[in-house]
Amino acid sequence: MDLQILLLLGQDGITNGAIYALLALALVLVFAVTRVIFIPQGEFVAYGALTLASLQTGKVPGTIWLLLALGSTVAVLDGYRLLREKRFAKLPPLLIFNVGLPLLAAAGLFAMPPDQLPLWAQAVVAMLLVIPLGPMIYRVAFQPLASASVLVLLIVSIAVHVTLIGLGLLFFGAEGSRTPPFTEISFELAGAPLQGQTILVVVASALLIIGLYFFFERTIYGKALRATAMNRTGARLMGIPPALAGKLCFTLAAAIGAFSGILIAPITTIYYDSGFLIGLKGFVGAIIGGLASYPVAALGALLVGLLESYSSFYASAFKEVIVFTLIIPVLLWRSLTSKHIEEEEE
Amino acid sequence: MFKKLSLVLLAAASSAVLADINVGVSLSATGPAASLGIPEKNTIALLPTTIGGQKVNYIVLDDATDPTAATKNIKKLISEHKVDVVIGSTTAPNSLAMIDVAVDNETPLISMAGSAVIVEPMDAKRYWVFKTAQNDAHMATALVQHMTDKNIQSVAFIGFADAYGEGWYKEFAKIAEARKLKIVASERFQRNDTSVTGQILKIMAAKPEAVLIGGAGTPAALPQKALKEKGYKGLVYQTHGVANNDFLRVGGKDLEGGFLPVGPMVVAAQLPNDNPVKKSALEYVTKYEAAYGKGSVSSFGGHAWDAGVLLQNAIPQALKKAQPGTKEFRRALRDALENTKNLAGAHGIFNVTPNDHQGFDQRARVMVTIEKGTWKLTQ
Repeated sequence: MDLQILLLLGQDGITNGAIYALLALALVLVFAVTRVIFIPQGEFVAYGALTLASLQTGKVPGTIWLLLALGSTVAVLDGYRLLREKRFAKLPPLLIFNVGLPLLAAAGLFAMPPDQLPLWAQAVVAMLLVIPLGPMIYRVAFQPLASASVLVLLIVSIAVHVTLIGLGLLFFGAEGSRTPPFTEISFELAGAPLQGQTILVVVASALLIIGLYFFFERTIYGKALRATAMNRTGARLMGIPPALAGKLCFTLAAAIGAFSGILIAPITTIYYDSGFLIGLKGFVGAIIGGLASYPVAALGALLVGLLESYSSFYASAFKEVIVFTLIIPVLLWRSLTSKHIEEEEE
Repeated sequence: MFKKLSLVLLAAASSAVLADINVGVSLSATGPAASLGIPEKNTIALLPTTIGGQKVNYIVLDDATDPTAATKNIKKLISEHKVDVVIGSTTAPNSLAMIDVAVDNETPLISMAGSAVIVEPMDAKRYWVFKTAQNDAHMATALVQHMTDKNIQSVAFIGFADAYGEGWYKEFAKIAEARKLKIVASERFQRNDTSVTGQILKIMAAKPEAVLIGGAGTPAALPQKALKEKGYKGLVYQTHGVANNDFLRVGGKDLEGGFLPVGPMVVAAQLPNDNPVKKSALEYVTKYEAAYGKGSVSSFGGHAWDAGVLLQNAIPQALKKAQPGTKEFRRALRDALENTKNLAGAHGIFNVTPNDHQGFDQRARVMVTIEKGTWKLTQ
């Protein structure tokens, strides 16, 4: 093995690691705020990438139907409660956000063929179609169970995952898709070719991570999320509604997922079920961070990416085995070094 | 009163069903093999609903590419739907799982999967099993032949880390060894992998003159794209598992110049007019594209079509001997299937014998290359 191969593998590992890092952050965020181990995180990656791909082939992506259906369900659930409590003033915004806007988006997609838009605009449309699914899923699947045990939430999370995979097959078909790269530039770095798209992935991920840092440190919503993560009851007493925190962190998780999907769609083929494995590798990273520490989770995810890349060179048949076996020593080390605090169950 | 009436209706309905021929179908319309199972399912809908003057009912179940579900499906088809014959399944593991149930109930089974172990070696169980897809060995011989014709001496293999990849590696290694072709690297990748950089770098370090990619469907495009990206200059071979239009769409211009063996159906329109398969292959292509749109046909649906072709030939013979729904009919149907002679299907000419329940010869494969985003017949 020479230096060039070493560099190429490292580059490959960092690119994948950057995506895993984003997902690991989303997983830590969702777990910290809502105690949900968010298995469907990877589905947002697949949905983001495949929605973009179907926009590019000029098809109306199936995502819009899911958006309409979920939006209407949310409107019915919340609308019923508002009517019963006679809070009529809140009704119009509820209907506009959950039914009106998706309907408008659907009308727009049918009126104007999306394949004529520039690439960046298609990416924005794809994000806008996928991101609202996050809070809607939270409202329908998790909010009614917000105080259930971690295990119940995990089971619901698996149910959501299976449902989304099934719908993905229905919407996007069994075959994979790839989107054209955002940039065709390529450089030479120490004799190894470096694709512009690869740099884009790493830079965009880094920017997003920095953006998240400022969001949590400087904005009122970010601080509210941190407060909820630290102490749910305390945050509630301070006037932070848990439902708002839940919806907000699911919105962020969906945004991170869809964004990652759009980033990697040009460098690999994405299938309706690709998201699960990508999400799982992000999960290994999140576990390294103990589902609590953001920086350690991100570094852990980078480690997963690098390990994956080098093991695919040395022992390609055992690549997944090596990557997922990493979790055992990590868990051992964590359980030996950290004090175990029993989760208080209500 | 109502109960009595519904009982009468039920009895009438069930007696009507008994007179028809029931064909059970279990295929993988969801799960990892969905891209193969969906065109098969679409094809079943095009099969004739009367054969030999008898009404034929097709009962289609999905096994989600899961052998346990496939076993459940065939049990259900036999016990609840009283089927006379079962078509299925899409993949080799699922087909193998179904054999025992078929044999216990003396029901003929027609598999659409590639692996030869489904019908070889012939024994008391495989007595009931037939198969419409070309054996992997058929295709591997064509590949190795093409390589030796091009004077290639060293070749690298990269395949799926599953039964498909392993099966191909075994077949290919066996034939390659016999033809003095040296395999210098053997790598694996997952269907869902986002990157194969590591494997490709290792292959390129071994400097093979050709690379064979043992994958099916769109995932097989990834290694070929990676080879191109890293500047590999040798020949790239694919297997017949990639022969659908989605593969071409996903791979784009990076696939140009790749070679693969396929069933003649894939390039039906390009076949010379004296090719014995041309007419029957075109018939299927025309029917499928009329129903599902131009360019929608793929080679996998052809295997389901061929199962229908076998049945259209065998059912009239079996009807002469026994009534549908009986044990005698199933036995007669099996015997008729085994006596298939010179029957042209979408993928080749069937000559089924007691020892060969597949029945294809070298007319069931052609080499094609990828040129300007379509399949082009070589030779």
